[in-house]
Amino acid sequence: MCLWCRIRQKNPKKKTYYAAHVMTPLLSAPGEKMAAVQDAPMELDSEKETKPEILSDGTSNLSGNTASGTLSSPPLTAGGAPKQEDQQTLIAVLQFLRRNKLTESVDILRREACLEDQEDSQTLDGSGGGKGDGDGGDANSLLSRVSIASAAAPQSTLTPIPVKSEYDQPDVSVVLSAYSQQGDPSLYQVYYTGLKNFIESVLDCHRAELSQLFYPLFVHMYLELVYNNHETKAKAFFEKFSGDQECYYQDDLQILCGLTKKEHLKGNEALLDFRTSRFVLRISRDSYQLLKRHLQERHNNQIWNIIQEHLYIDIFDGMPRSKSQIDSMSGSFAGETRREVNKAKVFYGLLKEPEIEVPLDDEDDEAENEEGKPKKKKTKKDSMGSKSKKQDPNAPQQNRIPLPELKDSDKLDKIMYMKESTKRIRLGPENLPSICFYSFLNAYQGLTAVDFTDDSSLLAGGFADSTVRVWSATPKKLRKVKSAAELNLIDKESDDVLERIMDEKTASESKNLYGHSGPVYGVSFSPDRNYLLSSSEDGTVRLWSLQTFTCLVGYKGHNYPVWDTHFSPFGYYFVSGGHDRVARLWATDHYQPLRIFAGHLADVTCTRFHPNSNYVVTGSTDRTIRLWDVLNGNCVRFFTGHKGPIHSLAFSPNGKFLASGSTDGRVLLWDIGHGLMIGELKGHTDTIYALKFSRDGEILASGSMDNTVRLWDSMKAFDDMETDDFTAATGHIPLPDNSQELLLGMYHSKSTPVTHLHFTRRNLLLAAGAYNSQ
Amino acid sequence: CQSIVKMTEREERRFAEVPRESIKLMAESSGVELSEEVAALLAEDVCYRLREATQNSSQFMRHAKRRKLSVEDLNRALRWSNTETICGYGAQDALPFRPLKEGELFFVEDREINLVELALATNIPKGCAETMVRVHVSYLDGKGNLEPQGTVPTAVQSLSEDLLKYYQQITRAILGEDPHLMKVALLDLQSNSKIAALLPYFVYVISGVKSVSHDLDQLNRLLHMVKSLVQNPYLYLGSYVRSLVSSVMYCILEPLAASINPLNDHWTLRDYAALLLSHIFWTHGDLVSGLYHQILLSLQKVLSDPVRPLCSHYGAVVGLHALGWKAVERVLYPHLPAYWANLQAVLDDYSVSNAQVKADGHKVYGAILVAVERLLKMKALSLTLAAEGSGAGLPGTTTGAVGFRENSPGLSPPSEPLSEPPLGIASHLQAGGAGCPWEEWTPVSLPAMYCELYSFFGDSLAVRFSTGPPLGGATPPGPCQPLEGRKEPASSAPNLENTRKMPQLTASMNISPRQDGSPRMEPQPPSLAATETRKTCSVEVPPGPGLGTTDIFPKARFPLPQAGPPAFSFIIGGRQMGRRCQGRRFQTSFTPTPPLTTHPPRAYAHKLPVIGRVSKPVRRWTCSHYSLHLPL
Repeated sequence: MCLWCRIRQKNPKKKTYYAAHVMTPLLSAPGEKMAAVQDAPMELDSEKETKPEILSDGTSNLSGNTASGTLSSPPLTAGGAPKQEDQQTLIAVLQFLRRNKLTESVDILRREACLEDQEDSQTLDGSGGGKGDGDGGDANSLLSRVSIASAAAPQSTLTPIPVKSEYDQPDVSVVLSAYSQQGDPSLYQVYYTGLKNFIESVLDCHRAELSQLFYPLFVHMYLELVYNNHETKAKAFFEKFSGDQECYYQDDLQILCGLTKKEHLKGNEALLDFRTSRFVLRISRDSYQLLKRHLQERHNNQIWNIIQEHLYIDIFDGMPRSKSQIDSMSGSFAGETRREVNKAKVFYGLLKEPEIEVPLDDEDDEAENEEGKPKKKKTKKDSMGSKSKKQDPNAPQQNRIPLPELKDSDKLDKIMYMKESTKRIRLGPENLPSICFYSFLNAYQGLTAVDFTDDSSLLAGGFADSTVRVWSATPKKLRKVKSAAELNLIDKESDDVLERIMDEKTASESKNLYGHSGPVYGVSFSPDRNYLLSSSEDGTVRLWSLQTFTCLVGYKGHNYPVWDTHFSPFGYYFVSGGHDRVARLWATDHYQPLRIFAGHLADVTCTRFHPNSNYVVTGSTDRTIRLWDVLNGNCVRFFTGHKGPIHSLAFSPNGKFLASGSTDGRVLLWDIGHGLMIGELKGHTDTIYALKFSRDGEILASGSMDNTVRLWDSMKAFDDMETDDFTAATGHIPLPDNSQELLLGMYHSKSTPVTHLHFTRRNLLLAAGAYNSQ
Repeated sequence: CQSIVKMTEREERRFAEVPRESIKLMAESSGVELSEEVAALLAEDVCYRLREATQNSSQFMRHAKRRKLSVEDLNRALRWSNTETICGYGAQDALPFRPLKEGELFFVEDREINLVELALATNIPKGCAETMVRVHVSYLDGKGNLEPQGTVPTAVQSLSEDLLKYYQQITRAILGEDPHLMKVALLDLQSNSKIAALLPYFVYVISGVKSVSHDLDQLNRLLHMVKSLVQNPYLYLGSYVRSLVSSVMYCILEPLAASINPLNDHWTLRDYAALLLSHIFWTHGDLVSGLYHQILLSLQKVLSDPVRPLCSHYGAVVGLHALGWKAVERVLYPHLPAYWANLQAVLDDYSVSNAQVKADGHKVYGAILVAVERLLKMKALSLTLAAEGSGAGLPGTTTGAVGFRENSPGLSPPSEPLSEPPLGIASHLQAGGAGCPWEEWTPVSLPAMYCELYSFFGDSLAVRFSTGPPLGGATPPGPCQPLEGRKEPASSAPNLENTRKMPQLTASMNISPRQDGSPRMEPQPPSLAATETRKTCSVEVPPGPGLGTTDIFPKARFPLPQAGPPAFSFIIGGRQMGRRCQGRRFQTSFTPTPPLTTHPPRAYAHKLPVIGRVSKPVRRWTCSHYSLHLPL
C-alpha cells in the first residue's frame, strides 16, 4: 500500500493541523527549545491545543495523538519536486481534498506545490475519472519530454474507471487497471521472443543496452497475463523467460513466481511499486533509434505500449555503455537514475567551525585547572583560526537551516575535541589503526543496534527483547540525577553543583532503558551525550535522557517498524526511516515530523545525517540511496547500483563522499557533488552492517556479518577518480576494478558479526558486535 | 497442522507447496467438506500467503542482524499483516522436523511435556547470564592479533543455593579422606538427574588433575569422578567431552610427579585412565567430531617422542590398547620398529643406575606385547569370521558381537568396552589401587626366558597363541583349518607338555583376554568368574603365576627350539593367512635367526631377548615387524 493510501485511510479530517504545518518553518532558534524539551510547552500558536507527548518517566504512554502526524507534511515533501510522480500524487491528494470539501487546504496545497493551472484544470476535468486521467496526463507529458513522437497515445488504451464510492483501495485498482487491456495472451511469448531475437541480433555495442529492456518488459507482461487471469499462460511465460533475466533480479523473480492470481496482485506492495513507478532505463540515442525502428516495423504494439506506459527511457547522446557499466548501475527496484535527478546543486561542504571566543576562555578557566592553561589556549586558538579562515565554497550558508546555538558545555566539548585531535594518529596505508572489539557477551536476546558517543565514552545497544542498554566505556560509572525532592536540598550556588545533583547510589556500569514494545533496530546518541534515540519495531522513536535514564518522548508517526534513526551532528534534529517507506525529519521538541521524505519504493532501512546537517541520506530495500535536502524536502541525489537492500551508509568527514554497504557484500562509493558512483569495493561475503570513515577520511572501515572488519584505502579510491562536470554529464564513469589494491587489511573476529564501527577522536577503531556461540 | 507440507521440485527452485489433499484433510478435521476445486484454489492461496509471509519475515531477520529466520520473525510479519500469530514455537532451539518415510510426510515433533516434572525440577536455570560488553584490543597497528578473544563467562548467577551446596558436598566427599563417603558421592554423581548446571564446574574441578600430579590418590579420585559423570545418563556432556578427555589423557600420558617414586603405582592409574578413555570414547565419542583422530594423534606423538620418559610411552601403549586393536594396528604397530631400538637400548643397559629405568622398560615391553598379541588375535579372528560365516565352535553371541564390530567404523571392541570397563575399573580400584603386583612382576623375566629363542617376540606370541586356543576352544582351529600345518604347532606344543603347560596356560589366558577385551573370545564362565582377580593385576601377569610361568616356560622352550623353526613360522603364517607374499617374508626373516638359539640360555636369564646380544637383531626385528605389518 502506498503512502497516500495510508494517509487517506488514517484520517481525512485534519484541516487545521494541516494548515498549521504547511506553515511550520524549521524553527529559527531551536537551541532554546532543545533545553526546554522536558518542561516547556510548545510555542507555536497554531499547535497550542496539542502538546508533544512528554513522558515524565520511563512509563510508556502510547495512547494519544496517533493520528495527528501523518497528514502534516506531504506538501513539504512534494514542495520542490517537479517530478512527474510527485505531481501525479499531488493531483490525487488535491482531488481527495476537494472531494472532502477541504477547499482551504486545496488552496494552500496548490500554492505550496506551485501547481500550474493547466494541470489543475486537467484534474478538474477528470474529476469523475479518478486518477486514471492523471496518469494519462502524466504519461503524456513524459512522452513529450522524451520526445517520442508516437501516435500511440497511452490515454487511448486506458479504460476509464467508474468512480468508486468506497475508498478502501482506490489506488490499487487504478494502478492495476492499467493492465486490463486485452491482448492475445498466447501472443505474448511471440512478442517477447521477437524482441529477444531482435536484441540478440543487433550489434554488440547496442545489445548490452537494449538487454536492459528484458527485465521490465518481462515483469510487466507477466503481470498483465496474471491480471487478466491467464494463469497457465503466465506460468508458461515465466518458466520460459525467467532464466534470461540478470542474476541480481533473482529476489524479485522469486516474488513474482509465487504470484499467479489476480487477487494476489492487490495485496502485493512490491509489485504495486513496480507498477506505480516507471522503470528507468538509460539508453544511448543510437540504441534507442534502433529499437524504435524495429518495433515500428514489426507493428509490435504490445511491447511498444508497455514501453510507453511503464518504462521511462532516459536517452543520452554518446557512446553506448558497456555491459559492465550497465551492470554496475542497475539492479535497483525501479531501474536506474534519471540523469536530471542528480543535477541539483548540493552544498556538500562543511559548515564553518564556530568561533569559540572570549566566553569560551572564561569557561575554560573555570573548567580547567590553572596549570597548562595558557598553552592550551594558544594551540586551540591556532587550530580554530586556521580552520575558520577558509570558507568552503561548496558549503551551505551557515544559517541555511537553523541550528541550535552552542551551549557552554558544547563549547567545552569542542575544546576537548580539539585537544584530542591534536593527538590524533595520522592513518594511511602504511599506518593502519588498531582495532578494539567490544564483544557483547550473553546477548541471548539478540543485539540489533549499537552506537558510540562521539567521544567514545558511552556505548548503547539495542536488543531484540525491546530493551536499550547503555554502558559506560570508561571507568566512570553511570549515575542518575537525584529525584526532585532531593534536588531541592542541594545548594545550587556551590561550585560542584553538577556533581552534587548526581545520585551516587545509582552508579553502575550499565543502565537498562525499558519502554519499547518491540526489537530496537536503531540507536543514536545526541552529540552532547545528553540524549539517546532509539527506534523500534513498535513504530515509535523514543528519546531517552542520559541524565535520568528515563524516556522523555515517544515520537509516533511511522506506525510501522522504524528501522533506523540518527541524530544530526549538531543535535536537535534527527531522522528516522521505516517500513512505511518514508524517512522523517524530526526535531526533538516536536512531536510531529518536520519533513517527510517520500520516494523510496520500499522500506527505508538506513538513515544518516550529512556532516553539515543540511542533508539526509537514506538507504532502502528498493536497493537505492537517496539524498534529501532538509531545507525543502527535495530528493537531490538518487543512486542506484546496489543489488540488495542497503544496510549501512557513511559520509566522509569532508562531506564530499558517501559510502554505502548492502546485503550483496559490496561497498559502493559515491561522489555527492557530481552525483556519480566512483568506486566499488568487493570482498565481503555477507551483509555489511557497519561503515565508518576514519576521522581524517583516509581509511574506510567496513564491518560485516561475515565476521570481518576490512579496511580500505579511501584516499586512493577518491584520488584516482577523475570526476569533473563533463563526466558527470554522462552520468557514468568507468570504474576500475581495484578492490584488491584498495583493501588494506582484513581482520576476523571470533564468530562475532560486526554490528557497528566507530573511530575515536584519536583514530582508534572501535568495533562492536554480539558474540555468537553457535 | 500446517506441518503437512509437501516439498516439490519445480525447475531448479524449490518451493514448499501445500497439496490439496492436506487442505482437504485439514478441512475435514474441522468438519468441512471441500470440493476438489475449492481445495485446489485454497491450496494455491495458502501457498502464496505462506510465501508472502516468509518473504516479509525475512526483513525482520535482516534487521535483527541474524542469519537464521526465527519463529518470532514470522510472527512479526504475520502481526503486521493482521494475521493471527503462531503460538507455542518460541523456543530458540531448532524444531525437530521429521520425515515420515512411508508417505513423504514431514511433521514437527510435538512431544508432550510433563508440566509437573518441569515445575518441580530444580535445575531450571534461573534466568541467563547478564549481558555484558567485553573489550579487547584485537589488532594493534594492523599487525596481527595480540590476544585471542576472551572466553565467554558462563552463567554463574544461575546456580541455585541448593546446587552450590550439592557441589561443595560432592567435591568435598570425593576429594576427602573418607572412602565410604567418596563411594556414596560417586554413586550419586552417577545417577543424579539434576546436576546439569553443575557440569562445567565438575569439569573444571577435574581439569585440576594437572595440579595434583604428585598425589596418586587424588588423581584416582578425580578419574573416578570422570567415570561417574560419564556414566550419568542424565548429563549431556557436549563439548565438555573434550575437556574430560584431556584430563584423562593427562593421567595416561604425562610423566606425573608421582611416578618419580618407584613405590607409587602410577601404572595402575594409567591403566585405569586408559580404560576410562576408551569408555568415554565409546560412549560419548560422537559428541565431538574428530575426537578419535585427535586422541590417536596425541598418543602417537608421545610414543614417537624419545625424550619422553618410559612411563609416558607406557601410557601411550596402554591407551592405544584400550582404544581397541585397530588403534594398536594403526599407530603402535607401524611405529614399533623404530621404537624398539630405544626400548632395547634401555633394556640392554645393565648398570645399576639404570635398574629403575629398565624396570620401566619392561613395563612398556609387557604392554606392547599384550597389545600386539591382542592385535594378532583380533586380526585373526576378524579374518576368520570374514572368511567363514561363523566360527564352528564359537557361541552365537560371539560371532554376533564380532560381526557388529566389523561393521563399526574401524574400531575393535564396541559392545564390550561399553559394559565391561566401568565394572572392571570400579572393582579394580576398590580392590586396592595401591597394590603393587607390578613391582613383583617386572623382575619376572618372562621375556628374558625367551632370550634364546631366535625371534623372541614372535615366539612369545606364538606361545600365547597356542595357549589362547584352548580357552577359546574352537577359535584357533577355525582360522587354522585352511592350512593344516599351522594347526599342528599349536596343538603339538600343548601335547608335548600337556601337564606342565596347562597351569601356565590358564594363567596366561587369564591375563591376555582380560587386557584385550577379548572377552568376546572367552565368554566362558571361568574367565568371568576370574574377573575380580584379573582386574587386580590389571595389565600384566599376576604375581603368582609369574613364578609358575618362569618355571614352565623354560621347559616349553626346550621342546620348541627343536621343532621350533618350522612350527613357529607356520603359526605366524597361518595367522596371516590370506596375505600372499607377506607370510613367506615372515618366514624368511626367521631363517637367519636360528643361529642365535645356540647361545647359552642361562647367561641371559635376566636379560631381554636376543636382541641385545646380536649386532643384527635390530634390523631383524624391524624386518619381522614389517612382515607383521604388511598383512594388515
